[in-house]
This record gives sequence, C-alpha cells and structure tokens, in this order.
Amino acid sequence: MTGRLELTNVSVAFEAIEVIRNLSLTIPEGEFVAIVGPSGCGKTTLLNLLAGFERPSAGSIGCQGRVRMVYQEDGLFPWATVTENIELGLRHIADRRERKRQVGELLKIIHIEGFEHHYPRQLSGGMRQRVELARALAGGSDILLLDEPFSALDYLTRLRMRSELARVLREMPRTAVLVTHDIEEAAQLADRIVVLTARPARIRRQFTISTPRPRELTNPEVVDTMGRILDALDIQGAAGRN
Amino acid sequence: MKKNRNTIRALVLPTLVAALLIALWTVVWKAGVFHQSAFPSPLAVARGFGAEIASGRLFNDTVTSLFRVACGFLLAVISGVPVGIWMGQMLSARLAFLPLTNFFRNLSPLAWMPFAILWFGVGDAASIFLIFLSVFFPLVLATMAAVGSIPLVYFRVAQNYGLRRVEKLTRVTLPAIMPQVITTLRVTAGVAWLVDVAAEMIAGRDGLGFAVMDARNGLRTDLLVVEMIVIGIIGVLIDRVLVQLTTVPSVRWGYQR
Repeated sequence: MTGRLELTNVSVAFEAIEVIRNLSLTIPEGEFVAIVGPSGCGKTTLLNLLAGFERPSAGSIGCQGRVRMVYQEDGLFPWATVTENIELGLRHIADRRERKRQVGELLKIIHIEGFEHHYPRQLSGGMRQRVELARALAGGSDILLLDEPFSALDYLTRLRMRSELARVLREMPRTAVLVTHDIEEAAQLADRIVVLTARPARIRRQFTISTPRPRELTNPEVVDTMGRILDALDIQGAAGRN
Repeated sequence: MKKNRNTIRALVLPTLVAALLIALWTVVWKAGVFHQSAFPSPLAVARGFGAEIASGRLFNDTVTSLFRVACGFLLAVISGVPVGIWMGQMLSARLAFLPLTNFFRNLSPLAWMPFAILWFGVGDAASIFLIFLSVFFPLVLATMAAVGSIPLVYFRVAQNYGLRRVEKLTRVTLPAIMPQVITTLRVTAGVAWLVDVAAEMIAGRDGLGFAVMDARNGLRTDLLVVEMIVIGIIGVLIDRVLVQLTTVPSVRWGYQR
C-alpha cells in the first residue's frame, strides 16, 4: 500500500463562485479521514479534485497510488453483472483465471457469494454498495474516496454497512477519504475528522480519534467527538441557546 | 397456476374478439349495407387467400417487401446510430447538424417519392431509399438524446478505472444507450413498414403495397382484404421480433424500475 494524498494551498472557483479557498491537507498512508461540513460547502468538489476529475484554480495536489471512488448510489454499471463490475477493478490483471479467483475472494469478503451473475437492479441498496466497495478495493488499489457512500440507505443498513466497511478495511487496509453528512459515521469510522466552513471551504476544525478501528458507535470517544463536531458545525450550540 | 390461467386467457380472449369481428363482418355483408362490389364476404376473402398462396404471389410479394424493409432499416441503423453518438458527444456536430436533422425528421419521407422515382426508378432502390429516410433521422435524434442523458458518473467510473477511448464507447456509451435505442428501433421499424407499403403502392412493380394497388385496379376487394391482413400481421411480427431485443439480460435495466 502506498496511498498518500497532499493538497497544498488549493483553491477552486467556478466562474464567480469560490468553492474552496486556500486549503491544505495531508493524508498519510493508511489514515482514514472524514470530511464534514455544511451542505454545498465543496466537500464533493474536494473529492473530485483528489480523484482528478476536476482541477484546482490554484495550488497543487499530490497523489501517490491508485485512487478509486465509491459513489452514493448507482455507481455500478447497470448493464454489467456483479462479476463484470468488480472485474473493472481488475483490468490490469491479464490472466483470466487469476481475475476470477480475485473476484471470488472479494465476493467472500463482502459476503455476497451466490450473486456473482446478478445485475445491480436485482440487489438491495446495501448489497449494491458492498459490490461497489469490492470494485474499488479490487486489484490492489491504494486510496478509497467515499462520496457519501451510505446516505441512500436506511438507518439500520447504514449502521451495518459502517461496521462492514471497518471490518473490510482491517482485512484490506487502505488510505480513505470519506465525505459525509453523517456525523455519527464520521466519528465511528475515521481516524481524523476535518470540519469545513461554509463556502468557500476552508478547514475549520480537525479532530483525531485515538481509539483503534473498528469502534462501537457508543464508544465514549466516538460519542464525545460527535458532540465536538456538532459544536464545530454550530448545531449543538444553537440548540443549547434556545 | 395463476400464470397458466392468464396464458390461456391471453389466447382465448383475442380469438373470441376475432371471431366476433368476423361474425359482425358477415352480418354487415348479408345486410347489404355496402354495395356487393365494394364489400367482400369473409368466405370470398378466405378463397382469395387460398388462391394467392397457391399462385405463390403472396409469398413473393411478402419476401420482396420484407427484403426492402430489411435493407432500408439496416442501412439506417448502421449509419444512424454512429451519427447519433457522434452528435451526442460533440457539441459542434450537434450545433451544426441538429436543425437539419430536425427538418428532415419532420419532412414526410413520402414527399421524397417523386425524386425517389426519378433517381432510382421503380423498384427496390426507391423503396429502400424512402425507408432509409424514415428510419435514419428519428434514430439519429433518439440516439443523440440517449447519449446526452448518460449520467456523468459512468464516465467518471470509466476514467477512474482507466478505460481507454474505444472502451468508453463499447463498455459505457453503447450499453448505456442500448435500451433507448431498442425502443426507437421498435417504433421506427413500424414506420418503415408503413412507408414501404405506401412506397410500393406508388413506386412499385411488386411487393405487398403494389399488390394492394393491383387488387384495387382489378376491383378485387377480396384480394384487397387479403393483402391488408397480411400487411397487418407482418407489422405485428416485426415488432414481436424486435421486442426480443429487450429481453437481453444486459439491457433489462433500462425497462424496469
């Protein structure tokens, strides 16, 4: 694993709209960073920069390793089966049998054996996200960019997917950047939480969590950090003042 | 069990409707609502059917018409889909050619008939030309629209996983537009069949459309009905064949949800 990301004084503007202002962030190998912030603050733009889909107006982005994005929903090709979708991540492996073996291994890790020839529409939302995760993990990728990967799921499935992700990352460690609205998710999954300001996005606060992953949602440090994130977002404070 | 019952119903009910229609037809004929020379009896039509089949003419005309539709349709598909993709992907191509495409799309192919005869004479080529026009322009427009509506996320995934240019076409663009293209093929195949019959009525020496005109000229209303029935059935069969395309597993996603 060689995943490492570095943003140096990055600014992004679309025409007159300034989205990100002078943001610097270094993510070392193996770290799980969650990015939270008010909606429309440029979180997804940040991921698109890291994935190379967009270019900064100023500053530089350093990225070592194979980057893979996991989307909110419908990132899988609907015309391709589970196997075909996962094989997309194994394209650089020439040997067909080796590809098959690795697909099988990934299917086992995400607990989705028996569905290899199903199409995405035949799977539940949670299963689809697991397949997408498998596709992103396939072929020795180094960096996972997760764009609100569980936000289209119901609450209980989301909880299950969270512990699933934590478990999978223990088996296949990756550098990860998670963009989310879900403060619980951020605190439970990440080693470091970056809270952004409203647009133009800058870093407002950062929190690190020392309890090793995977963690329980009710872990005291997780709960405590959730409170501090809410404060940083001016949410809890506002409720308290009422 | 229930599914079984529905299949039986789907066979029995339409047969009943057809029987009812023939009964009604017989009543109208017996009552003499229309002059005898303008209204054939079901029996006369059945006899006409037998004679047309025995002489081999019905078969020849059917083959001729199907050949023309197949040629015109296939030519339009292999040229229209690529042009549609090109216009869907390139803004300048779209800006340049969209007004023209819309113009021809709304120009009835039958308006080309005089030129078709002048250029290609009476026969296969004129019909094929008109069928081509009736399919090509709608297909270009539909393909273009389908390309334009492919979600950006699929292209990002393609980029993310290092798909090359050609692969983006074969593994993203084509499968993504396939459901809409198939729907358009079904619609335009129907139009192509209508246009073929019309073209043969005016610019034909053979084919089912010509047979209709020939029956009219010979005041053979019984044969007229024979040709009409065959034309209708073949139209339905063409769609039944094309609808099979929608059952391909990799396009099912486009028809569900």
